Amino acid sequence: MYQYDAIDQRLVDERAAQFREQVRRRLAGELTDLEFKPLRLMNGLYLQLHAYMLRIAIPYGTLSSRQMRRLAEIGRRYDKDYGHFTTRQNIQFNWIKLENTPDILDALAEVEMHAIQTSGNCIRNVTADQYAGVVAGEVEDPRIYAEVLRQWSTLHPEFSFLPRKFKIAISGAFPDRAAVKTHDIGLFIKRNGKGEVGFEVLAGGGQGRTPVIAQTVRDFVPKAELLAYLESIMRVYNLMGRRDNIYKARIKILVQSLGIEKFRALVEEDYAASRDSGSPLPDAEIARIAAFFMPPAYERIETPVRAFEAARFENREFARWVQNNVVAHKRPGYAIAVVSLKPEGGVPGDASSDQMDAIADLADEFSGGEVRVTHEQNLVLPNVRQDALHALWQKLSKHGLATPNLNLITDIIACPGLDYCALANARSIPIAQRIQERFADRERQELLGELRIKISGCINACGHHHVGHIGILGVDKQGEEFYQLSLGGSADENASVGKILGKGFPAEQVPDAIEKLIATYLDHRTDGEKFIDTYRRIGIEPFKERVYAAG
Amino acid sequence: MTAQIFNANDILSGRVVYLTKAGDWSERIDDAAVFEAPDDEARLKALAEAAFEARRVVDVYPMEVSVENGAIRPRVYRERVRAEGPSVRTDLGKQAGNL
Amino acid sequence: MPLVKHGAFVANEWVEVADDAALPSDGAVILSLKRWQAERDALAGRNGKFGIRLPADADPAVIRADLDRFALIVLEFPKFNDGRAFSQARILRQRYGFAGEIRAAGHVIRDLLLFMARCGFDAFQLAPERTLDDWRAAMREFSVWYQPAADARVPASELRHRALAAQ
Repeated sequence: MYQYDAIDQRLVDERAAQFREQVRRRLAGELTDLEFKPLRLMNGLYLQLHAYMLRIAIPYGTLSSRQMRRLAEIGRRYDKDYGHFTTRQNIQFNWIKLENTPDILDALAEVEMHAIQTSGNCIRNVTADQYAGVVAGEVEDPRIYAEVLRQWSTLHPEFSFLPRKFKIAISGAFPDRAAVKTHDIGLFIKRNGKGEVGFEVLAGGGQGRTPVIAQTVRDFVPKAELLAYLESIMRVYNLMGRRDNIYKARIKILVQSLGIEKFRALVEEDYAASRDSGSPLPDAEIARIAAFFMPPAYERIETPVRAFEAARFENREFARWVQNNVVAHKRPGYAIAVVSLKPEGGVPGDASSDQMDAIADLADEFSGGEVRVTHEQNLVLPNVRQDALHALWQKLSKHGLATPNLNLITDIIACPGLDYCALANARSIPIAQRIQERFADRERQELLGELRIKISGCINACGHHHVGHIGILGVDKQGEEFYQLSLGGSADENASVGKILGKGFPAEQVPDAIEKLIATYLDHRTDGEKFIDTYRRIGIEPFKERVYAAG
Repeated sequence: MTAQIFNANDILSGRVVYLTKAGDWSERIDDAAVFEAPDDEARLKALAEAAFEARRVVDVYPMEVSVENGAIRPRVYRERVRAEGPSVRTDLGKQAGNL
Repeated sequence: MPLVKHGAFVANEWVEVADDAALPSDGAVILSLKRWQAERDALAGRNGKFGIRLPADADPAVIRADLDRFALIVLEFPKFNDGRAFSQARILRQRYGFAGEIRAAGHVIRDLLLFMARCGFDAFQLAPERTLDDWRAAMREFSVWYQPAADARVPASELRHRALAAQ
């Protein structure tokens, strides 16, 4: 994991001090509410339905056990003993007081954390593949460049007041687990014809009111040029993005209105004129950061690992958890363990402070002190010995963290919705719970296989419903909560936006509608075909007919 | 004019508060000053805006309520969530006395 | 409105001339982009310095050919969170090499001053009640920065490079 040097540490310390002073000035009347709002947003502090909400940055979803413990403490001391892991790999606390926020930022700075730019019209948390560094087939570890981008984007003097928020994601392997094509800038690490490593740079993706898949701006940008090239994209957006209408202010709107050819030409023109004054990315700096992401000292382990295989054979529940939640590690004898935060009846993505402490301990014991957060609101222990998986699973079970449902129908992604969020039109969490309840049978879940349901409580799409295999959007229909279903969204490299099924449903009818979608899938699927593949093969009509059939 | 009250968030704690007759802010919705006449609205609005200027509260706005036996209930569901707490954590928020 | 330059309050010697007002025969005057574009040739012989005020949506390229005729460029922050002027300033300063005064006007709040200074602004029109202490506090808020910009402040990458070289 990256460790701060004196420069990194000083920056977060000074930022925390700056915010403390901004709060003082606000309370003393030296800053108006209008002036203060963007400033507090740039430190992740929202005013939500019940209280202030603080969104803390978890850069590219990576945490040390020490940091996880600090989050648990913050939950206890300043909130209500729990936090919520988000669809951008961050964490949110929902019951924060403004008066405590300077102290919280100080507490975060102590463990090399911050809430910088987790909101506001600036560059947000750069997200990456949650299996970075431990999965086979990677060109290079994307976390290295995610850290480069984190620093480059932090308090960038030219790009801190953009027309709107700006989200970047990076992936180093396929399938793309970082949803690169749904981002304002997306990066794929790749090799060119000469075997040199660089980046395919895409721009103009996004969800929200108008979902758009990103397009390629340049097929290959060498490492050394990455930051300067991105600055040209940012500059074109900063100068030309709309500032008159917040629903038309993202870069996706600019790219659509100019067309990709014209947009690319403007970027290239700016780049040709400014490459010498752009941010450099020297090899030495890449090497300095890469050194923090060297693999741990793996042992040579003979496979198959007998203790592991025996435990699987002997314990059906353990076997089930392994089958669903354990992902192949690139090293023989090791495993990637996914900790589901989607227990039935729970709140998707929530973890109590006690659970956070437990995970920190388990990270230390089983995974070299490292935890990851996925953008589907689960956690990952990336470096677990196979022969330790059984012990890990037993301990996870004690803390309610062993739900064996990764990527299954009950592994639902849901935004906080109208239970928490001031922007929402409808609740999303109860819908997730209803679906989980209806499909609680584990055999049935496994029979259905990979099925990603994503729920948003409003058009801002923080639940990423546009890219759900089944997407659910909550709307307000004359004071009633209604839910609109969409099908066929996907966030991987074959990204697609879901298609709206038809009329919406009140909450209590949603599980039945899902049942009918499932029934259609089961009727039509060929051997081993996933839901999304069946949908792509047969189209929306069979699903529509079934769901809306009379009676 | 339908029955309304003023609500806001306390600037320091962020908690939802309701404007009372005396011009204080209470965390209990039943303490809120209900108005139905333009005169009362104007008087209460002035108090609310003064509190915003004085940096006691933020995000002040009026909302419609119904009143039954002294119990004040928001008409809009969103405001009921604000007045009670998250429906999925009934152990938290005003509904549980846990602010 | 207090004008800060070189870390002190300075008198504003410039006169902002409205589009339809008569131009004084000498002295330092600021014209709008529109007026400049309409009258630039006619102004060639005038005694006195020219400044130009660029709106936030102007492409700096439109005045590139005339930069040596300006001693001052005023860039606007119509709302304080309208960040276009940061890019405009950098382009003027770094790409075109403009060496005159680049002045920040409009909704200029303390929290943006350091970003402005980094992007090439060297003069700042503050709100009436602002003090020099505000300015100084703003300039001191950060002592490290990750990115090179239009100023001479040494970014992190350079500091790290020097530290490595020294080893």
